[in-house]
Amino acid sequence: MSDLDAFRSETRAWLEANCPPEMRQPVRDDEDVYWGGRNATFKSDAQRAWFEACRDKGYTVPSWPKEYGGAGLSPAEAKVLREEMAAIGARPPLSSFGIWMLGPALLHFGTEEQKKYFLNQIARGEIRWCQGYSEPGSGSDLVSLQTFGEDKGDHWVVNGQKIWTSYADKADWIFCLVRTDKANKYQGITFMLYDMATPGVSTKPILLISGNSPFCETFFDDVKVPKSYGEGIPAYVGEINRGWDVAKYLLGHEREMISGADSSERGAGIGAALSRNAGGELDPVLRAELAMFDVDALAFSAMGEKFLDEIKVGKTHPAYPNMMKYAGTELNKRRHELLMAAGGSTALEWDSEETRGGAAPRAWLRTKANSIEGGTSEVMLGVVAKRILELPGA
Amino acid sequence: MPLYHNEDQAMLAETAQQFMGEEGAIGKQLRHWRDRECKDGFGHDLWKQMAEMGFTGVLVPEADGGLGMGHVEAGIVLEEIGRNLTPSPFLTSSVMAATALSAAGDDARGRWLPGLVSGDSVFAVAIDEGPKHRPERIATKAERSGNGFKLSGKKDFVLYGASADMIVVAARTSGSDTDEQGITLFAVPKDAAGVGHNSVRLVDSSMASHLRLDQVELDGDAVIGEVDGGREVLGRMLDAGRVGAAAEGVGVARGAMDMTIDYLKQRKQFGKLIGEFQVLQHRAAHLYSEVEIARAVVIKAQQLLDAGSENASLMASVAKAKVGKAAGLAVKEGVQMHGGIGMTDEYDIGLYMKRDRALAEFMGDVHYHADRVARMSGY
Ligand SMILES: Cc1cc2nc3c(=O)[nH]c(=O)nc-3n(C[C@H](O)[C@H](O)[C@H](O)COP(=O)(O)OP(=O)(O)OC[C@H]3O[C@@H](n4cnc5c(N)ncnc54)[C@H](O)[C@@H]3O)c2cc1C
Ligand SMILES: Cc1cc2nc3c(=O)[nH]c(=O)nc-3n(C[C@H](O)[C@H](O)[C@H](O)COP(=O)(O)OP(=O)(O)OC[C@H]3O[C@@H](n4cnc5c(N)ncnc54)[C@H](O)[C@@H]3O)c2cc1C
Repeated sequence: MSDLDAFRSETRAWLEANCPPEMRQPVRDDEDVYWGGRNATFKSDAQRAWFEACRDKGYTVPSWPKEYGGAGLSPAEAKVLREEMAAIGARPPLSSFGIWMLGPALLHFGTEEQKKYFLNQIARGEIRWCQGYSEPGSGSDLVSLQTFGEDKGDHWVVNGQKIWTSYADKADWIFCLVRTDKANKYQGITFMLYDMATPGVSTKPILLISGNSPFCETFFDDVKVPKSYGEGIPAYVGEINRGWDVAKYLLGHEREMISGADSSERGAGIGAALSRNAGGELDPVLRAELAMFDVDALAFSAMGEKFLDEIKVGKTHPAYPNMMKYAGTELNKRRHELLMAAGGSTALEWDSEETRGGAAPRAWLRTKANSIEGGTSEVMLGVVAKRILELPGA
Repeated sequence: MPLYHNEDQAMLAETAQQFMGEEGAIGKQLRHWRDRECKDGFGHDLWKQMAEMGFTGVLVPEADGGLGMGHVEAGIVLEEIGRNLTPSPFLTSSVMAATALSAAGDDARGRWLPGLVSGDSVFAVAIDEGPKHRPERIATKAERSGNGFKLSGKKDFVLYGASADMIVVAARTSGSDTDEQGITLFAVPKDAAGVGHNSVRLVDSSMASHLRLDQVELDGDAVIGEVDGGREVLGRMLDAGRVGAAAEGVGVARGAMDMTIDYLKQRKQFGKLIGEFQVLQHRAAHLYSEVEIARAVVIKAQQLLDAGSENASLMASVAKAKVGKAAGLAVKEGVQMHGGIGMTDEYDIGLYMKRDRALAEFMGDVHYHADRVARMSGY
C-alpha cells in the first residue's frame, strides 16, 4: 500500500515536470493526437516533448514489459498512472492501433523474437498500423472473408479487397486477415503482417458523412508477402490457418477500447457544462434528459471501473467486453445527440472558425460509427445473449 | 478499493444467498404472509433468525453489540432480500434507523440498539408527508415542552410503522416548512401517547402507515443528534436508505431477470424455444447490460459511503436512479416475456413487478434522484 503511495507521488511529480500545459487540454480533433509512423509530424513542440518523455519512460505502453518498450507497471500501478493522468487531463502521448489492438495480440500469441521486434517499434511510435479485417462482402459475418493468399513456399501472393480500413492511406503496415485455406472456414485464415509499401497494395479514401475521410478501400493485387522477417520473426501471428483465434482475441481488445471503459470522458456527466454554456437557461425537458444522461453516464463510469478491476483478477466472462462495447457506444451516441441539442444553431455550423471547423457536428456524425465499427450493437447483443445468458440458437 | 467483493464479503454473500434462498423464499415468506393477510406484512420469526445470523446488527458498531460492518455488507444482505422478495424491516431498521442511531447519545443507543441486534425490536422511519418523497419539505412540528418536546403532524409511507417499536421521526423545531435548517430527528417509542396509525397494505403486500402525531410528548433524550441541526443526520440516514434501497432493487432486478431468462430457455412457441427469437435475445441482452451497470454503481456508492467520501451523496442518488431504471425494465420485460402466464398470480414474476413499484417510490423515485443529481452538479 505504501509502495503504491510512493509510486503515486513519484508519478505526480514526473507528470508535473514532463507534461506540458498544452498537453493538458481536451483532445478536440485528430490533429491533437500523435499517431506516430514513418511520415509522422508533430503539431507542436509540446506534443513532441510529451511524446518523447513518455516514450523514454515506457509510458506510451505503461503495462508492457520493459524489454518490449513498456514501463513494466503492475496493474495497480498502471491504474495509478491512469488516474494521475486523468487528474491533470493529460492527453494520451501516442494513439495507435498498434498499441490498442496488434500489441495485445502479439503479447499473447507472438514468438519472443517477434515481440521484441514489433512491440518495441510500436511502443516507440515507429510503425503506424492499420487493420485489414472487413471486406465488401464480409462485415458482421467476418469469417466469410475472401481475400486469398496463395502459398508459394517462402511467401504468399495475396489478392483481394478490404474495406473500411481506418487510416490505410496513412499507415505504414497492415495487420490483415487472409484466407489461406479455402476448404476450411474458421481454420483457414492467417493473420498476416506486411508493409503497405509492398508493390500491389493500393488504397482509395472513403468520404464519411462527417465530411472526413480517414477510411479507405484497400486493394491487394498480387502482393508478395514473405513468411518471415528473420530468425524467429514470422510474418504472421499465431499459426498459419489459425488466425481466427488471433482475430477474435484482438476484437476483444478493440471492443474494450471502443467502449470507453477506460476513458474518464465517456463516464462524466455533461449537464453542468451545458447548463453553463446556455447561461443556466436550459429548457426543462432538455434539463431532464441531461439529468437522465448524467445518471447513466456516472453509472457507466462505475461499470468501467469495475470492469477493469475485474479483468485484472480474471473475474470477467470472456464475452463481457461485448456488453461494455454495446453499452459504452450507445451512451456515447446519446452524449453527442445531447451536445447537438444543447448547442442549438451554433452546433449546426459546418466550417466556421469559431466552431473549429464544425467540430461538434462532425464529432456527432462520427459517433454514429461507434455502434458499427468493431462489431455492430446488434452483433454485440447477439453475443451477450448466446455466450453470457446462454440463450439457445446458433 | 477494487469494485468487487473481497473474500470476506464474498463469503457473507454466499451465506446470505443460502439463508434468504431457503428461509426468506417467496413461498415461505411473501406468499405465506400475504395469503394470511398478516397485519405486520412480515414474519417475526424470520426477523429473529436474521438476528441469529448476525444480519440485523450489520451496521451497529461492535461496541454496541453489532458487527460493525459497512454499507457494502448491508447491501449484500439487501440484494438477497430483493432477489427473494423477502418481507422484512431490515432496510428501515438495520440500515436507516441504525444509521440515525449512530448519531444518538449513549442513553438512546443503549435503549434501542440491543433490541435491534437481538431481533426483538423493529424500527421504522417517518420522513415523507405526502405521496411523493420530499425530504426538503418537513412540516411536522416539534415544540419545546418542559424538558422535552411535543410532536404534531402527519407522516405518510411509514413502512412497517404499525409494527415498529420505535419510529425515527424527522420534525421541525424551528423555521418554516422548506427551510434547510431547523430539523430535528426524534426516536418516538411505539407506546407514546398521541401516536396513531392508519396502516394500509401496499401493492407489494407490505404494510405502511399513515402516521398521526397528536401532541406526542417526548423526553429530551428522544432527540437523535443536535436540536435544529438534524439535516446532517437526516442526510446520512437518507443516503443509507437510498443506497440500501438501490441494493435491494438490484436484487429484485436480478431475480426477475434470472426468472425470465430461464423461461426463455423453456417455453416453446412456433416449434422453437422462444429464447431463439432474436428480438427477445436482444432485449434480454440489453436488460442484462442495464442490470450490470446498476450493480456496478451500487457497489461504487456503498464503498464511497463506507469511506465517508464527499462524493457519496451524489453517487447515492445516481445509484437509486439507475437502479430504478434498470429494475423497472427488468420487471416490465419479465412480465411481457412470460406472455399470458406472467399476468397470473400463481407465477412469481408479477410479484417482482409489485415489489419494484413500491421500492421505486421508497426514498425517492428515478425522477427525484435524477433531479437531485442535476442540482448537486450545479444545474
Ligand atoms: C468508422 C468505421 C471504421 C472502421 N474501421 C475499420 C478498420 O479499421 N478495419 C476494418 O477491417 N474494418 C473497419 N470497419 C468495418 C466494421 O468492422 C464493419 O463496418 C462492421 O463490422 C459492420 O459490417 P458491415 O459494415 O458490413 O455491416 P453489415 O454486417 O452488412 O450489417 C448491416 C446491418 O445488419 C445488421 N446485422 C448484420 N448481421 C446481423 C445479425 N447476425 N443479427 C442482427 N443484425 C445483424 C448490423 O447490425 C447492421 O445494422 C470500420 C467501420 C466504420 C464504420
Ligand atoms: C388477461 C388475459 C386475457 C386473455 N383472454 C383470452 C381469451 O379470452 N381467450 C383466449 O383464447 N385467450 C386469451 N388470452 C390469451 C392470449 O391471447 C395469449 O396470452 C397470447 O396470445 C400470448 O400467448 P402466451 O401467453 O402463450 O405467450 P407466449 O406465446 O408463450 O409468448 C411468451 C413471450 O414470447 C414472445 N414470443 C412468442 N412468439 C414469438 C415470436 N415468434 N417472435 C418473438 N417473440 C415471440 C411473446 O411476445 C411473449 O413475450 C388472454 C391473456 C391474458 C393475459
